[in-house]
Order: sequence, then C-alpha cells, then structure tokens
Amino acid sequence: MASILAVDDSASIRQMVAFTLRGAGFDVIEATDGQAALEIARKQSVNLVLTDVNMPGMDGISLIRELRKLPAYKFTPLLMLTTESGSDKKAEGKSAGATGWLVKPFNPEQLVATIRKVIN
Amino acid sequence: MNIDLSQFLAVFYEESFEGLAVMEHGLLTLPEGPADREGVDAIFRAAHSIKGGAGTFGLGAVTEYTHRAETLLDEIRAGRRPVTSAAREALLQATDVLAQMLRALQQGEPVDEAAISASAARLDLLLREGDAVPVPVHPDGPSRTDAELGGSSGNDDNVWQVRFQPHAHFFRTGNEPLRLLRELAQLGECRVETLVASVPPLSTLVADDCHLGFSIKLAGTAPETDIRAVFDWVESDCDLDLTRGRDATPGLLPLATAEAGEIAASAVTAEADVPVSASSGTSVPPADGAPVASQVPAPREPRSANRPADAQAQSIRVGIDKVDALINLVGELVITQSMLSRFGEHFDPSMLEALQDGLAQLGRNTRELQETVLKIRMLPISVCFSRFPRLVHDLSARLGKQVELKLSGEQTELDKTVLENIGDPLVHLVRNCLDHGLESPERRLAIGKPATGTLSMQAWHEGGAIVIEVADDGGGLNRERIHARAVERGLVAAGEILTEQAIDDIIFLPGFSTAETLSDVSGRGVGMDVVRRNIQSLGGQIEVKSRSGQGTTFTIRLPLTLAILDGQLVEVAGQVFVVPLVSIVESLQIEPRALSRVSGAAEVYRLREDYIPTLRLREAFGLAAGAVEPVRRLIVVVEVEGARVGLVVDDLLSQQQVVIKSLESNYRQVPGVSGATILGDGSVALILDVNALVRSGGGLGRVSAGTGVAA
Amino acid sequence: MNSVLPEYEAHTGQALLARNGQYLTFILAGEEYGVDILRVQEIKGWDRATPIPHTPAHLLGVINLRGTIVPIMDLRLRFGLSPVDYGPTTVVVVLKVGTATRERTMGFVVDAVSDVHDIGGDLLRPAPDFGPAVDLRFVRGLASVEEKMVILLDIDGLVGRDLDELPAALQ
Repeated sequence: MASILAVDDSASIRQMVAFTLRGAGFDVIEATDGQAALEIARKQSVNLVLTDVNMPGMDGISLIRELRKLPAYKFTPLLMLTTESGSDKKAEGKSAGATGWLVKPFNPEQLVATIRKVIN
Repeated sequence: MNIDLSQFLAVFYEESFEGLAVMEHGLLTLPEGPADREGVDAIFRAAHSIKGGAGTFGLGAVTEYTHRAETLLDEIRAGRRPVTSAAREALLQATDVLAQMLRALQQGEPVDEAAISASAARLDLLLREGDAVPVPVHPDGPSRTDAELGGSSGNDDNVWQVRFQPHAHFFRTGNEPLRLLRELAQLGECRVETLVASVPPLSTLVADDCHLGFSIKLAGTAPETDIRAVFDWVESDCDLDLTRGRDATPGLLPLATAEAGEIAASAVTAEADVPVSASSGTSVPPADGAPVASQVPAPREPRSANRPADAQAQSIRVGIDKVDALINLVGELVITQSMLSRFGEHFDPSMLEALQDGLAQLGRNTRELQETVLKIRMLPISVCFSRFPRLVHDLSARLGKQVELKLSGEQTELDKTVLENIGDPLVHLVRNCLDHGLESPERRLAIGKPATGTLSMQAWHEGGAIVIEVADDGGGLNRERIHARAVERGLVAAGEILTEQAIDDIIFLPGFSTAETLSDVSGRGVGMDVVRRNIQSLGGQIEVKSRSGQGTTFTIRLPLTLAILDGQLVEVAGQVFVVPLVSIVESLQIEPRALSRVSGAAEVYRLREDYIPTLRLREAFGLAAGAVEPVRRLIVVVEVEGARVGLVVDDLLSQQQVVIKSLESNYRQVPGVSGATILGDGSVALILDVNALVRSGGGLGRVSAGTGVAA
Repeated sequence: MNSVLPEYEAHTGQALLARNGQYLTFILAGEEYGVDILRVQEIKGWDRATPIPHTPAHLLGVINLRGTIVPIMDLRLRFGLSPVDYGPTTVVVVLKVGTATRERTMGFVVDAVSDVHDIGGDLLRPAPDFGPAVDLRFVRGLASVEEKMVILLDIDGLVGRDLDELPAALQ
C-alpha cells in the first residue's frame, strides 16, 4: 500500500485529508508541522508527501527543501497545499523542489484524483 | 466517492475559535509601526487557516470575508504596510465578525450580514488606501491568463502538435513524464514519438537526469488551457511548444473526437518508449489506460457543509498525560479485579485478611480513578482570562481611561462547567471596576496617582476551592453614596448605623445600582446581585473589600468541580438528605427553650448571642404527614453570605463525598433541592440547595445587612 | 366526537393513524393501554422510590437506574383511578419521553404488563369520549386487537403537560 505523509497544522484539514486518503486505500501518516514531518521522513520512507505551506515552526516550503536533500526523497513526489492567491508560493515551492500543488479549497474527490495522478 | 465533510466541521470550528483567540491576542500585543515579523506571522497563519478550512468545508462566505483580513495581514507581514491603529482596530473587529459568523454557522443561525458588510467595507477601504500594492482578489498566476488569451479554438484544425522537452533535473522534482503523457491521453487520442537526440553516450550518461523528449500529436478539440493544465506543475521544468494544425499524416489517426473515458491510452504504451523506471527510482505503473480514465472526477454537487451541526457536540481537549494516568489506573484496577475474582471461586476463612487487603486496594483504585477522571474536566482559567485583554482594551478606550491589566495564575485549573459559567460574572466585575472604580487619567494625576490605573485578575487554589480575585487601584466604593442610596431605596432604615463592611455589602442587594450616570458599559439594573446569584448557583461565594482612595477588591471562591461535593447526610422523617458540608457552620442538639416564635409564624433559635431563623425541613418539604415525632432533634446551622439559618433535622448521619447527579435531566428543577446522589446502598438521596433554603428561610437581604450591624 | 377529532388530528397528525407499529400493552384497572414499543427502555419490578418534595401524589419520586436519576409516575394515580397496593405483578415500564424541552427517561408504574401487538394504522380509531376518568388529550387513539380494546397513550403529551407546562401548579 502506498504511504502518504500528510502535513498540516490545521487539525480539521489534516483529518479530512487523512480520512479521505485512507478511504481511497492509502496508508497515511500525519504530522502537524514541518519539523515533525521531517523527523518522520528521516525514520521511514513514504511514497508521497502532501504538505500545507503556512505552518508554525518549519513551513511547508522549508520542509520540501529539506526533504529534497535527503537521498531517499530525491524523486519522491512532494505536493503542497496552497491557496489561489499563492502564485508566488507556487514558484517558491517549485524552486525548493516541489513536484506540484493542490489548490485550496479542494474537495475529497479532487484530492484523491490528484494523488492518484502522481502515485497509483 | 462520498465523504461527508460535515464530520470535520466540529474540529474546524473548534480550531477556528482557537485561531481567532490567537489573532485577537496577537493583535492586542502587536506594537504599532513596522511589523514585528514573528507576531504578524502567527496572526496571518491563523487567518490563513480559517480561510483555507472554510473553503474546503464549503463555507464560502467565511472564505470570502477572511480573504480581506488575510490580504491586509499579508501586506503587513511582507513589510508593505506598517501596523497602524486603524488597521489593528479593523482587524480586531474582523475577529469579532468572524467569530459571530462561525458561531452562527455552527448553530445554523443567520449571520449578521450588516456587520459583515460594514466590516468588509472597512477592510476594503484600508486595503485601497496607503502605499500597499493592491492585491487582486483572485490572482491565479499568469499561466491561466496567457492561456486564455491564446486559447482560441473553434477553427477547423483537428490536431494539436505538442513538443515536450523535460529539463535534465525533471525527475528530481518528483515528476514523471509518463504521468503527463497519460493525462494528455485523456484529452484526446495521442500519438507519441520519443525524441532521443539529446541522449548522451553511455559513458557520460547521468542516470538520474532526464534526456528524453516527446513529440505528441493529440487529436480532437481539447482547448489549449486543458493541455497547458496538464503541464501546470512542470511549466518551469520543461520546454513546451503547442501548435495547432491539420495533421500532416491523415489516415494514421482516427479523427473522431474521443471521449475521455475511452481514449486509447494504449497508444502511449505502444509508441512511447519511456525508459525511466530504472533510473528514476519511481516505479512505473503498468500503463493500462482504464484505471486512469476511471479516475476522472465526476462533476460534483456542492455539498452544503454549512448545515448546522445538530446538538452541537461538546468536546474537551485532554492532555496526553491525563489520559496516560487514566490508562495506568485502569490497569491497576484490572489487576485488583483479577485478584479479587479469585475469592469468588472458592473461599475459606483463612483468606479473609487477603480479601480485606484486596478490597482496600479496590477502594484506593476507585478513589484514584475518580480523582483522575475528574481532572479530565479541569481546564486552566486562562481559557476564561484570555478574553479580558481585549475587553479592557476596548472599554478603556471607550471610557477614556488608561488601564494596565495584570493577569496571574492563568494556569490554575478548574472544572469546565464552572469555567464556562464564571465568565459572565467576571466580565461584569471588570466592567464595574473600569467604569466605577478607576478614575480618569486627569483625576488620577490630580490626586498624585499614576495616570494609568491597574486592574489585576488573579487565580489560585486554596483548599478544595479556586479563588479568583479582581482588584483595581481606583477610588474604592463610595460608602456615603451607597448608604444614601440604600436608605433611599428602603434597603436600610434611615437611622441605622452600619459598619464599613456592611455598607460595602449593600452593593450585592437586589435592585441596587449606584452609578449616577448610567453608562452603556455597566448598564442599568444588571447589578452585583446578579453577579452574586450566578456565583452562588455555582456553589461559590463573593466578597468585596474596599479601601477609600486605594481601590476595590472582589474575591470569588468557587468549588473546583461541580461533580462531587463533601456532604453531611441528615435524616428527616425517615428520608436521607445531603447538606453540602461547605455551608455548615455547626450542628447541635436542640435546646427546646432556645426556640421561640416571633410575630406568629417565623420561628427563631437563640444561638449564644444571636437569634437565627429556623427552617423545619419536615414541614418545608411536606414530610410531616404521618411520620412519628423523632426522639431527638438537631439543628444544622448553615450560612450563606453571612446569613444563617438553622435547619431542623431528625438525625445526623455520616459525612461523605457524594457524586452529584442531575435531577433536572429526567425530571425538572425542584425548589430547595440542587440535585441528587446515589448512596452506598443504591438508593437516591436529595442534595439540599442551601442558598435557596437560606433565602426562603430568612429573607437574605435584610438579614445580612442586619447582622452586619451586630457584627 | 366532532369537537375532538380536529384537535386529535392536530396533535398526532394523520401520519400516525396510517402508521403500522408495535405496541407494548399494559393493564391499568382492567383496561389495556399501549405505548410505542420503540420507546420502551426496560421493564422492571417495583422498588421504593425516594420522594421529591412539592410534587403531586402520582409522582412517586426518583430511583437509581444504573447511575441515572429516573422519576417514577404512577399512572393509576395520574388518571385518577383508585390506588391499589403494589403487588408482585406491579411493574415499572421505563420509557423514553420526548417533550418540547428535552428527552427524558421516566418510569411508569402499571398494574401488569400484558402483551406486544402489531397495530396497523387501519386498526386505529380516534378515541371516543370516555368521560372524566381518562384525559382524552393523552389518548392517541383506540385499536381493536383480538376482540379487545387497546387505548394508545400519548405519553409525550402527558409528560409535557405535567412537567413543562404546569410548573406553578406543582410548586
């Protein structure tokens, strides 16, 4: 089963993401910020990381930059959750090594469709 | 997929209210001038999360409204705009409006449209003025605009010519050319040619670079926007050329417009030679078109996520340490249980001691479990105190006073129910201190005080109670005026001489209000009597201490929990009642000669130098009929706010902790009874509402003022 | 009859008449009464209740039902029927009762539990005038089951009136 690391400081969004992806048959690990996510990613490898951008502590873009430095995450799809007003964030994320993004707000169907696009 | 988003709404509301508290606190402590990056970041993040969550859960109005506040905060955060008091006040107002919106949505009530649009206009005005660069409401990156401009279709061309050349680092973005080709194949029939011109010789080949390019012929009338959308993520990681033209090689491609569901994605497999799997480390799934096609998201009914959350489920956040403690205790209980179950199998008298030990252990486990479970309901008073910085900020501005609020003991814990009900009385006290207690800056300077007054709120534990103190360093209570008003209202006889404390206590009498000009802050009529009643209904007490010219201190004493009380069991006409131990002054055998009746009905008991009214529970509760007169009678003296009443009972039984059960949930309120409990034998005993009994037994107002004189 | 029917319909709605349901029936002074079986929480033997001050005689008091305080009402006394001593067949039917203010769990003392019947809407008839003994407001309708008449009670209406609407009278 493909595993996904879902990173968001908002419990409601994180729960929605985790619930939806588990329902779609993925194994989901949750983290509340970049630092926690990085620690998890160092200990185990996952098939995809989905991270919010704005978080206290380590934000999503720093997380992506750090993850890309890890050999195990060289090619791993790293997606960020961003808002429609975040076009500069998209560019910033891309240059940090993000694979792509999912624009908030999104619904469960869009989420699963996007994830399935990247891993199947 | 059918996922009910409403299940996440409760969490969303909860975290949004927390986020609003963060915003409010951050805004109140944000200094004016150039933005303090860290402070603004936290405020921005809170707004951003609320906006994002609201969008996801279908609360469009919240998203739209929050966007304004978020934009303003973003500009401040980016240093494009300083923190001004206008911006801060507008944002504070926005937190209020948002809180109101969220509460209304949560309860399924209408939102206050007028307040929202007024506040939105205020934010818009701020966004327009100043040096900040205007931020469009829906910027969506340049790609869409470009695409829309060039995306003219409707001519008779039938094939898109797509040249897609990934850059060398392509795989290291986590992207996969094959995925993009598969997506493209959903737009129409594809014929893919792999371009190998740039593949270096094996000796110089870098395995994780991307060397291949693709030339794709896409049949059909897919708009350019859709094609570009496929490459949206990799716009900066590849060269992409799109040309529209009649297919040069007719006959190779069937020109029928392919439906997304039936694209021959096999064309990709057949013709695209994609040598990525070995080098990229990404597994290449079998390029079977069917599952891909089936994942096209179906058009979706917008879910009405703002449906009210029925019977708003209350939740409580519990620290993991408390949960762990519980798990440990339950573990111990299980051990004790298995130890005791041994005795059930076969028992002989030699095991008696072991059984007694086991039962003692069970008793200990049970007590600890009870204490720990009760702690789950304990929350720090900061939950309640946190609203005061804002309140004091707003009120002092309105009253033209300068106030410094000092909070301490915020981590003091108390029961959630007590916590929820202490807020309003505290707000009232704070308003009173600001309105009537603290002097204006001019007046303060004139009498040699610093212009800024101090309002302090403290909390601490004392015995089994929590004490909350609200103090100001203002002028103190104006006793002359209070006395005069009390005489005027007939609360005190004209010639009566009262002690200072007795005069101060008058403010708690019903219908008393001293403010000469009724302000909109303290309001009319809702006086300290209501504050006292609220606190009493929580099983607490309030006292006032005032020193002329130096300030006023209100001290509130509350039980830590409403779930348990220490009770004195008493017997009346064969029935057991529980008297809260906290209100008992003393219990004594009745001396018949000390009983006397004044003015016909009311009976008093001479207790040393005082006469106290008595209340015969038999008669009061209508239990007299048929019951035998008891051999001996006792009097239990209870006191509430200085007023004492002697409860006449048949017998005193044991003292014990009782768990308070609601009588109201399956029945209704009963006068003179605050609840019920279950005794050791499984029977139900009623808990006396001593406050109500004292009030009915002696006429609280008169008595307390009167005893004040005697004291 | 004419004066009763509109009020009856307003109270219960035509839908209830058409509904098929299972009813638990019990005996009170020789008459058989029914309540919706979905409301029945449990049936237990009579046990002493702790009296509550300032309550009418038909409210016998409260009992401990597995840690919850549950009030007990004597339906005989409530309907003004002659009291009888509680005997071995005296039972307490514990019901969920929903009124305007809340959902309560309450026990009702009856002479004996009788049976469970399927009563289709077609068997239900509006109640005729019983005379003063049984308050018509609390009767949903009548049904003939196996030659017997069953009086279907509107227990929500009864409790709502007693506990929510008439506070002054009880204090």
